[in-house]
Amino acid sequence: MIDYSKIINKKTREMKPSGIRKFFDLAQTMENVIALGVGEPNFQTPWPIRRAAITALERGKTFYTANSGLYNLRQSISEYVIDYAKTEYSPDNEIIVTVGGSEAIDLSIRAIVEPGDEVLIVEPCFVCYRPIVELSGGIPVVVETKAENGFKLTAKALKEKITDKTKALILPFPNNPTGAIMTKEDLAPIAEVLRDTNIIVLSDEIYSELTYGRKHCSIVEFDGMRERTILINGFSKAFAMTGWRLGFLCAPKELVSQILKIHQYGIMSSPTVSQYAAIEALKNCRSDIDMMVDEYNMRRRFCVHGFNEIGLDCFEPEGAFYVFPCIKSTGLSSQEFCEKLLYTKNVAVVPGDAFGDCGEGFIRVSYAYSLEHLKKAIRKIGEFVREIKENG
Amino acid sequence: MDSLLKLLKKNARLSNSELGVMLGISEQEVAERIEKLENDGIIKGYNTVINEQAAADCGDLVTAYIELKVSPKAQSGFDEIARTVSQYDEVENVWLMSGGYDLGITIKGSNLMDISLFVAQRLAPLEGVLSTATHFVLKKYKDNGIDLSDKIIDERGLVSP
Repeated sequence: MIDYSKIINKKTREMKPSGIRKFFDLAQTMENVIALGVGEPNFQTPWPIRRAAITALERGKTFYTANSGLYNLRQSISEYVIDYAKTEYSPDNEIIVTVGGSEAIDLSIRAIVEPGDEVLIVEPCFVCYRPIVELSGGIPVVVETKAENGFKLTAKALKEKITDKTKALILPFPNNPTGAIMTKEDLAPIAEVLRDTNIIVLSDEIYSELTYGRKHCSIVEFDGMRERTILINGFSKAFAMTGWRLGFLCAPKELVSQILKIHQYGIMSSPTVSQYAAIEALKNCRSDIDMMVDEYNMRRRFCVHGFNEIGLDCFEPEGAFYVFPCIKSTGLSSQEFCEKLLYTKNVAVVPGDAFGDCGEGFIRVSYAYSLEHLKKAIRKIGEFVREIKENG
Repeated sequence: MDSLLKLLKKNARLSNSELGVMLGISEQEVAERIEKLENDGIIKGYNTVINEQAAADCGDLVTAYIELKVSPKAQSGFDEIARTVSQYDEVENVWLMSGGYDLGITIKGSNLMDISLFVAQRLAPLEGVLSTATHFVLKKYKDNGIDLSDKIIDERGLVSP
């Protein structure tokens, strides 16, 4: 008999399944669950984008593209990034079209991290950074953000964690799960700390279009930051294209030429039909984004107000499509809260500690749902909180 | 469009306090703005979108779209005949159209006969009406921006990163 325990490599074996997965399995066992758990838009991909994909298929666009993606798409991405991050990347050799933002994260980390390198991870955050860093033999070093600072990264917290082994900083803003953003004023001191170091910034800006009240600011806009940043973005959140699996990374050509090798051997090229659809997305779908942002914004206000009203302190997020209410007043841990809520009220939210230890005491609530759905769910959570506070 | 109007157009049953929260303004301000929109004749009413195909007891099951060719009056153009047609309770919409005919009308009735009689006895004989063409609606898929298909299923997982 083959001994599978000897087959799987140690790092993979030791990799923990994400805390979200565990909760997903739990929720899956229940019926009629009112979910607030998803990290993807409830909108369908705008019709012109789907139409462009159909046309691409009709025209037989079914072959591999260049490794780094269709030239026209890279050109459109270049223009898009100039527009939103005021920074120019050459479509010739500074952009790679990837299989979602996720592949861009994976490629970047694998291309730069060597065993023993320390990688600063700003938590709470999306779940994939740590395991990928560990797979490369890197050492994840957590930089915690706190509710009292609006879950922003501060120069002080950053400086405390920098050592001579620090290779990279993962900067995930607008943030999943907290909804926090980094404004120009917040980023300036961060850029100041990093400017004269050899630390590479992985700026994961997948939610850059989803900000409320002010435009997203990218760290690459600051003097000296373009040369030390890998900018990651994609189509999933802004254009409601999660299932199309399409993202991109932009970086100086010295980095891109190296990163591209991994993409070339591992992926070859990103899905061709999705790439044609993405060209349409960047060219003609600004009004669709605006419409979605308007919708999210109203639901965001509705949720913040709703949670505060039922007695769960909820900081006002300015980005993404999550609210991150504090549940400490119930005396329960995040896990207990979410499990009990699921079992007694059939409502699924994600425990904050799934996004890092400092997410303990919070829950992530996605508002990528219809208003009616959110109303019903918040009412049920309200009942739950009242019962917990009355009966313990 | 004004964001308050947008919200009301989608769901007129939202309370003033809910609207206020979503727009970041006070309940009082919502009430005042709605009152002004009503007084200015911008908001003309509030409807419910009913899926008649699904409701067992909803009265008017048959909808027809009628193309009307008319001869405009020297003074009032198409307005006079349009207003006359609008007076009938059965008539739901009256539009002046570009193209091959003049007025587009939708009417509701409980059966085909109802509508046929209405066209033959009420519309066709009106002074100025030159011809009518009646199209019956067989099935509605979307009404007033609302998808009438069975049930919209959320295909996303319950929980995802």
